[in-house]
Amino acid sequence: MPVSELLEFFVDPARCIGCNACVQACSECDTHKGHSMIQLDMIDQAHSTQTVPVICMHCDSPTCAEVCPADAIKKTADGVVQSARKPRCIACNNCVLACPFGVPKMNTETHLMMKCDMCYDRSSVGKKPMCASVCPSQALFFGTREEIARLRPRSRAVNAFQFGNQTITTKVNMMVPNYAAADCIDVTGSMHGTVIGNQIDASVLYQGIETGESHHAST
Amino acid sequence: MRPHDEENVSAAPDGAPPGEQPHWRRQFPIDVAEDEYRSRRDFTKLLGLTSLAFVSGQGFIIAQSITKKSEGPLPEIDVAALDELEVGMAKVFQYPHEGNACVLVRISEDNFVAYGQKCTHLSCPVIPKPRDGKFYCPCHNGSFDLHTGRPLAGPPRRALPKVTLKMANGRIIATGLEHGVV
Repeated sequence: MPVSELLEFFVDPARCIGCNACVQACSECDTHKGHSMIQLDMIDQAHSTQTVPVICMHCDSPTCAEVCPADAIKKTADGVVQSARKPRCIACNNCVLACPFGVPKMNTETHLMMKCDMCYDRSSVGKKPMCASVCPSQALFFGTREEIARLRPRSRAVNAFQFGNQTITTKVNMMVPNYAAADCIDVTGSMHGTVIGNQIDASVLYQGIETGESHHAST
Repeated sequence: MRPHDEENVSAAPDGAPPGEQPHWRRQFPIDVAEDEYRSRRDFTKLLGLTSLAFVSGQGFIIAQSITKKSEGPLPEIDVAALDELEVGMAKVFQYPHEGNACVLVRISEDNFVAYGQKCTHLSCPVIPKPRDGKFYCPCHNGSFDLHTGRPLAGPPRRALPKVTLKMANGRIIATGLEHGVV
């Protein structure tokens, strides 16, 4: 049974409190017990407490599957990129190196790539993935667009990412503030010459306050 | 190969339509529906069903051999005159039907034996060697005992079928076939 088209995954890094509940819940899943498919990234640990949960974004044109020489990574019709097929995976690490989001993980003990498959056993029967079911701040949210619009009126969902000249569209949405002008998240652009740490706090906050004030003033 | 459904094919990174993609994309599809995947379980099922078919085929053959009516006693055929052969000589004849070569050997003054000529290994015709007391098959160096038809050497493991003979009115008459036992 495919994942319902109405149910979508929304990642809201701004709400992440770094509690690691998603990582723990993921590793308790029966299909890959003991191995978490989520990684909690520290953005700039020296200067910020900001964390981001990294789940598979389920690209419309998955690079991991594109580079797989063993034909092991497949996308189901509902857009979920499945974990590597055990009999086929040759543990070549191509997908691990190729994924722009750094999602696939190589299990060197079993010589098998494992990645987030949006808890296909759960989401395909209408349940939330493990991580979304435990996230206390709902930085990982699984539900309908109506629900997310009601819960996050100041954010909107973006599912396009810019990596150099390549635009990647994904099944999983990233929540961005309403005032952000861009229609896609320029990942590589933000890595070059853009500020991090304390500086990013200042500039982003300034932008937010300014837009927020003008927004309030107009209403 | 599965029918190629262009509507459900994931777009390639270059954005070109599926028809313009290189051939290898058809062989390394990204979508599950386009993939030719046989799970281990399916393959095992195939093996199981195939062997089941073989087993039932064997059962059918056994049932057929049980229920098949016997063709009745074999015909009696005049093979040779008693004085036609000298001791140590042989004569090939067809018994019970045309195309089933048998060989009659006079092993002593009043003793005749006859066996089917097909070697029980791979059906080469055996050559009687009365002086050595055996039939010899030149194909794979098989030997059978002249007196009993039992295999003596080489690859054959079953005895030659023995033709029962009777003598009447100075003639040698073949009366039946005894299929050899090991």
